[in-house]
Amino acid sequence: MRPVLVANKLSKKYGKVVALDSADLELYPGEVLGVIGDNGAGKSTLIKVLCGAVIPDSGEILLDGNKVTFTSPIEARKLGIETVYQNLALSPALSITDNMFLGREIRQKGFMGSFLKFLDKKAMADEARKRLSDLGLLTIQNINQLVETLSGGQRQGVAVARATSFGTKVVIMDEPTAALGVKESRRVLELIGEVRSRGIPIILISHNMPHVFEVADRIHIHRLGTRLCVIDPKKHEMSDAVAYMTGAKQPPQD
Amino acid sequence: MNKVSDDISKDLKDQPKFTTDIGEKDQDHHSFDLGEQTTLKKIQHFLHGNPTIVPVIILILSVIAFGFIAGGKFFSAFNLSLIVQQVTIVGILAAAQTLIILTAGIDLSVAAMMVLASVFMGKLSVEMGVPTLPAIAVGFISGIATGAFNGLLVTRLRLPPFIVTLGTWNIFFALVIFFTGSQSIRSSDIELNAPLLHFWGERINLGGFVFTYGAFLMIGIFVFLWFLLNKTAWGRHVYAIGDDKEAAELSGIRTDRMLVSIYAVAGLVVAIGAWVSIGRVGSVSPTSFYEGNLDSITAVVIGGTSLFGGRGTIIGSLFGALIVGVFSSGLSIAGLDVLWQRFALGCLIIVAVGIDQWIRKVSA
Repeated sequence: MRPVLVANKLSKKYGKVVALDSADLELYPGEVLGVIGDNGAGKSTLIKVLCGAVIPDSGEILLDGNKVTFTSPIEARKLGIETVYQNLALSPALSITDNMFLGREIRQKGFMGSFLKFLDKKAMADEARKRLSDLGLLTIQNINQLVETLSGGQRQGVAVARATSFGTKVVIMDEPTAALGVKESRRVLELIGEVRSRGIPIILISHNMPHVFEVADRIHIHRLGTRLCVIDPKKHEMSDAVAYMTGAKQPPQD
Repeated sequence: MNKVSDDISKDLKDQPKFTTDIGEKDQDHHSFDLGEQTTLKKIQHFLHGNPTIVPVIILILSVIAFGFIAGGKFFSAFNLSLIVQQVTIVGILAAAQTLIILTAGIDLSVAAMMVLASVFMGKLSVEMGVPTLPAIAVGFISGIATGAFNGLLVTRLRLPPFIVTLGTWNIFFALVIFFTGSQSIRSSDIELNAPLLHFWGERINLGGFVFTYGAFLMIGIFVFLWFLLNKTAWGRHVYAIGDDKEAAELSGIRTDRMLVSIYAVAGLVVAIGAWVSIGRVGSVSPTSFYEGNLDSITAVVIGGTSLFGGRGTIIGSLFGALIVGVFSSGLSIAGLDVLWQRFALGCLIIVAVGIDQWIRKVSA
């Protein structure tokens, strides 16, 4: 099977600090790839390169087998790489609909839309409702509710719905459960399963080992700026992963 | 659907919908049975979802209060319409100021921009023999250019809008003095050479209410900006930038470009205000509207727009300007010294910002 997203020998230096040392990554269709690593291992730089926030010094990124380059998250997004940021990048004072279509609004048809640039609020609300219901977040009666009135998990839901709504090929989720309580984390993990079942592969970055082991199909362990190994969570213990991550134990050779 | 996502759905459903529901509930059963704290909380939530309601209440209360204090003279058709006339210029400046403050910025230079634009209009048409309409167009261009200049400094140099506009306020003011040589352009000269400049000062009598055309234009500007802010993507992006600039950027909004365009649109609104101001004042005076910068900010703040950006309504600023007008008029008819008008206005600003801070603390 051809991977959806491939990172090939990505390198990035900040002055003398090597953040990425010819790092590789592969993401296959329909899978959840967990990315773990100790603090300073370079995983956040890796993710920033993949989502367009950081431009690598060298190396290449292949999307569906084609070499792609982007210089901003907006360009990456246009190619179908959506990121759910840790801070979610939502505007709290705007409604759910406004947030879902921020920067990608639907205009009214005809003169009102093309000349006066009026928004088609109904179409956007309908679409937003449909997206949320597709992800099992339906029964939001008031799609025009302000995002700040939602709980952390619900906001995550809106951010995920937005990320999966626009011809998305890859979703990158950065620490989606970090700010959430136990109950809400559960729901977000379910949400990840929901997105995967819709055929969109996910890169999940998290410090939370149990969460990664629960939802990931494969786990990419990052160490010293490069990929140390990829393990199958069903065949390895969490303690092993931590040991590989910290260098206490040699990774398996396969 | 599996159980957990059902739970999410249920939760989303249970979540109170502050934007509309609380308001309706409040009207349904005036919630006397609830404890005081919850009532207060409910009010807080309600105000949070309806930020314009505070200035509306203040406006109504102050009109009633001054009706009692100042008597029938205050309520006369002439006086009420005079208030509208008097707030026209500050109202238009406040409309422009609202756009900037919604982006979490502030513009200390609006009045100087306006005087500069009016100087271009007056100088060219009255003293240099340029036909009036092209002269007005140059004034509009001046407004757009000075606004965009502010926007470029804010985005390119990454300077705080407060500092940028503090600087440009002085620069624009100096330019005004430079172009005019500190000389006013007299009303009679304008009437003789370019009467069109006085157009918005023309009055119309509607059953005792005397309005200038400029007052209608001011209302028109507010209505137009309301549509722009609420019905177009541009407007939504104004709010998004003020709310969380980084989030807006990550959502694909070109925030720098947007900011320059917002400052430019504010500049255009200010330039329209320049034309209206010539009609209102009669002459073009380089030292007029020196307090217009701060007056416009006062109107916006009293109108319920948050200085921290992302929250507020353009119509609120219209009410804010009217409140200021009602206070000045009512206090002066009541025979109070100007110093007490300023005193009252100062208290009003502090109360308005205090209420805003309290509303913003609303727990999600």
